Amino acid sequence: MSSEANTSSIQQRVYFEMNNIKKSFGDLQVLNDISISVQEGDVLSIIGPSGSGKSTLLRIATMLETMDYGDMSYMGEKAVSVVDGKSVYAKPARLKEIKKNFGLVFQNFNLFPHYTVLKNITDAPISVQKRDKTEVEAEAMELLRKMGLEDKADAYPSQLSGGQQQRVAIARALALKPNVLFFDEPTSALDPELTGEVLKVIKSLAEQHMTMVIVTHEMNFAKNISDRVVFMDKGVVALSGSPEEVFGSDNERMREFLGKVSH
Amino acid sequence: MSFQVMLQQLSSGMLNTMGIFFLTLLFSLPLGLLIAFGRMSKNKIISGFISVIISILRGTPLMLQLMVWYFFPFYLFGWSISGWRFPAVIVGFSINYAAYFAEIYRSGIEAIPKGQYEAGQILGYSKVQSFFKIILPQVIKIILPSITNEVITLVKDTSLAFSITYIEMFTLAKQIAASETSMMPFVISAVFYYIFNAIVAFVMGRLEKKMSYYS
Repeated sequence: MSSEANTSSIQQRVYFEMNNIKKSFGDLQVLNDISISVQEGDVLSIIGPSGSGKSTLLRIATMLETMDYGDMSYMGEKAVSVVDGKSVYAKPARLKEIKKNFGLVFQNFNLFPHYTVLKNITDAPISVQKRDKTEVEAEAMELLRKMGLEDKADAYPSQLSGGQQQRVAIARALALKPNVLFFDEPTSALDPELTGEVLKVIKSLAEQHMTMVIVTHEMNFAKNISDRVVFMDKGVVALSGSPEEVFGSDNERMREFLGKVSH
Repeated sequence: MSFQVMLQQLSSGMLNTMGIFFLTLLFSLPLGLLIAFGRMSKNKIISGFISVIISILRGTPLMLQLMVWYFFPFYLFGWSISGWRFPAVIVGFSINYAAYFAEIYRSGIEAIPKGQYEAGQILGYSKVQSFFKIILPQVIKIILPSITNEVITLVKDTSLAFSITYIEMFTLAKQIAASETSMMPFVISAVFYYIFNAIVAFVMGRLEKKMSYYS
């Protein structure tokens, strides 16, 4: 189950990388020596049973949570380095720059309820990135068109279905033009009939070679759109490789997990 | 004293009442937010200290607090307190109401889901931007009914200024009632308070409606 067999012949740039990550909450070790990396234009799916540490890993990658040990870089720039056996985060100003490299789509959307759909998307580019309002709004409308939501620009999030809200959340993340986009179980809070529309959007992003890291319970989806799949179990990477390698593996824990989710 | 004169005198007292009311709101609403931050501080010393202060302010009568604010410069430092009466009223009211508002702000801030802060963080908002653009507008919507309650209480509490003989409407009403041996001043002041509060309730109702554009 060596995962080094990358078939791509072109030299791809590593967009995101984390090595030897360890994290404990009190006595509970959630992550134990985890390493993952994503190359330009690739889609990496992280699968595994609940409590395997997937979400914690994503929260550490997006710096909502700090790691106990390990290093991490975006676009080759160190956000966290190991110095004298300890993890050291970059200086706040530097970190702020590095954070511009990624976006995150939450499980619960976390749209701002007091802003319209359009303002949810445009406010950060305008007030954080200080970009031109008309230009940002034009781009936001284009994003909404791609999401099939151009008629919802003036609606408030509470007036939308879960699937529509999640598509707005994806548009909001894309408006900041991240190099890497993380998804934390993007369809877990949705009714089954609404997951399809969100998965379709993510799939089209994959076709446009958006670099993405997706924590998901949708096995077929992960199998279809991923370049690489990581199977996590009990805080370690139990398996990693191409979708065929991981889903076809006879690893006992993987088989057991697949057996459970297919019911 | 004719009814007309009574009405005139009480109306001028009403101006002082409104002075207390508006100045108290002006100072206590922002001060309450600052106190709420102190109360929620991660620093245990600060949050503990603020908790004790809030507990004292809410746990003792406002009338007593007004007396303390009015007389302490004289008893502690021997300063002259002439001209200090009105400032003492405003300081006493503002600090007391700020304590109540602080707890209301805190309840509202704690009701905002953690995900709102995290979304702000991921989108690159600074902490200050996050608070004023994302959190506070939602907090205001949540706490508006509680604020309305306090504001209505404040209208009636202004009468406590009589305890340090600041001449607002109710102090006047008592004086006139005593000298004229008539209940009429009390009736008039009751009507005044009621109308004032009806206006307050109307304005706050409109504000709540304005905030209901989203759910």
